[in-house]
Amino acid sequence: MLKILKYSFFDLIRSRWSIIYFLFYFITGMVLLYLSNDVSKAIVSLMNITFILTPLIGTIFGVMNFYNSREFIELLLAQPMPRRRIFLGMFLGISLSLSLSLLLGMGLPFVLYRIFISSHVMSLLILLLSGVFLTFIFTAISFYIALVNENRLKGFGMAILVWLFMAFIYDGIFLLSLFLLQEYPIEKFAIAMSLFNPIDLSRILIMLQLDISALMGYTGAVFHKFFSNHSGMLISISALTAWTLIPLFFILRKSSKKDF
Amino acid sequence: MIEIKGIKKSFGKLEVLKGFDFSLSKGKITAVLGPNGSGKTTLIKSILGLVIPSGGEISFNGKSIFKDWEYRREIGYLPQIARFPENLKVKELFKLIEDIRGGKGNSEELISMFDLDTFLNKKLRQLSGGTRQKVNIVLTFMFDSPVYILDEPTTGLDPIALIRLKDLILEKKKQGKTFLVTTHIMSLVEELGDELIFILEGQIYFRGTHREMMEAQKEENLERAIAKILEKKNAKDS
Repeated sequence: MLKILKYSFFDLIRSRWSIIYFLFYFITGMVLLYLSNDVSKAIVSLMNITFILTPLIGTIFGVMNFYNSREFIELLLAQPMPRRRIFLGMFLGISLSLSLSLLLGMGLPFVLYRIFISSHVMSLLILLLSGVFLTFIFTAISFYIALVNENRLKGFGMAILVWLFMAFIYDGIFLLSLFLLQEYPIEKFAIAMSLFNPIDLSRILIMLQLDISALMGYTGAVFHKFFSNHSGMLISISALTAWTLIPLFFILRKSSKKDF
Repeated sequence: MIEIKGIKKSFGKLEVLKGFDFSLSKGKITAVLGPNGSGKTTLIKSILGLVIPSGGEISFNGKSIFKDWEYRREIGYLPQIARFPENLKVKELFKLIEDIRGGKGNSEELISMFDLDTFLNKKLRQLSGGTRQKVNIVLTFMFDSPVYILDEPTTGLDPIALIRLKDLILEKKKQGKTFLVTTHIMSLVEELGDELIFILEGQIYFRGTHREMMEAQKEENLERAIAKILEKKNAKDS
């Protein structure tokens, strides 16, 4: 698995797109930090960009990389190596190279801005951690979709739809249900719903870290109570881990039965 | 060597292999012929474990290949389409296969045989189709295997590379290696093939030497013999 991972990683990290992706985060981070001169605001702005862009890039790379590697996968499958290792290696290769672009691109501006000692370090770390989680999650989901769909157009369309749903539509449904059910005590429901969308979950984690939950009224207070204690944090991290492992499990299951 | 008993494979409603029986003769070059969509590639991919048959049994040296992967150490496979990760260098790709197979392959000899020395530090996306096919050939032969499976090996090759490939195959055959080759180039079959199997609609229609096939169809060359079989079949179908 490590062999495949190594080569897949080196192949991708050298691609033009990895560099563009890195530069995008780097430049955006620099501009936001130096223009706003307010770390908190910069982190919120970066968060808004990251939580839309990271899943999108993970989705696109997951699908494209799988389809572009079709013939190479066939070559690897004919080598003395179990299938599991090939697909795990490829998945980790994509996820890690994207994560590296993200970590460097977003981390460097903060290092240059010297925020090592400020209280914002924790917020930044959570932002980076959830960015990495989102990369892994959406790469896994789209990789699975590509694995199931022979038709590239269909696979690509489905993967983008999942991203669209998680990034925008889910929030709409969420808000609408909160509005419709406002007569009822729905805090538990709201917390549960946020666990079912990794993007929302990541967003809440940052919001609470930045202590702007006061702006979110009563629900914000409930969220704060739930997520800011240790068990809440643990549940969130577990939920994000489950979001990564479940598609991965399906990838391994599907790949062991698929005809190439 | 390789024994195939009654394998079946369908993709959806399309039945590609219909109870296929076949055994590969050791130390010989067996050519697999058949019209497009007759099941040649599916047969090869079933042997390699890329396609999982819906019925039947395939064994390699007496052991079932299903759920096994170690047996692939004994097979060198040349896929039909040579496409590799774009940003890897040619030598890195060779290194990858060495890493996977463990140990050092004899790539140097092959690299000079196919004039690839100047391309070693080039990225794979910069290579032309023919050069990629040469890389593909090196990957296949860099490890010494008892069996080689070649799917359309001549695609995109220039005459010099083609001659070298034929020489390479004949040399390996002298060493007692077994070959399974699919191709649409009849001259290649006449030149190299000890034995041929002609697949039609997922079953073996003919097995023997190319001379026997020509005699059976009363034709002067292989191409015409095959065309005659297909015409007869079309007449029967309509």
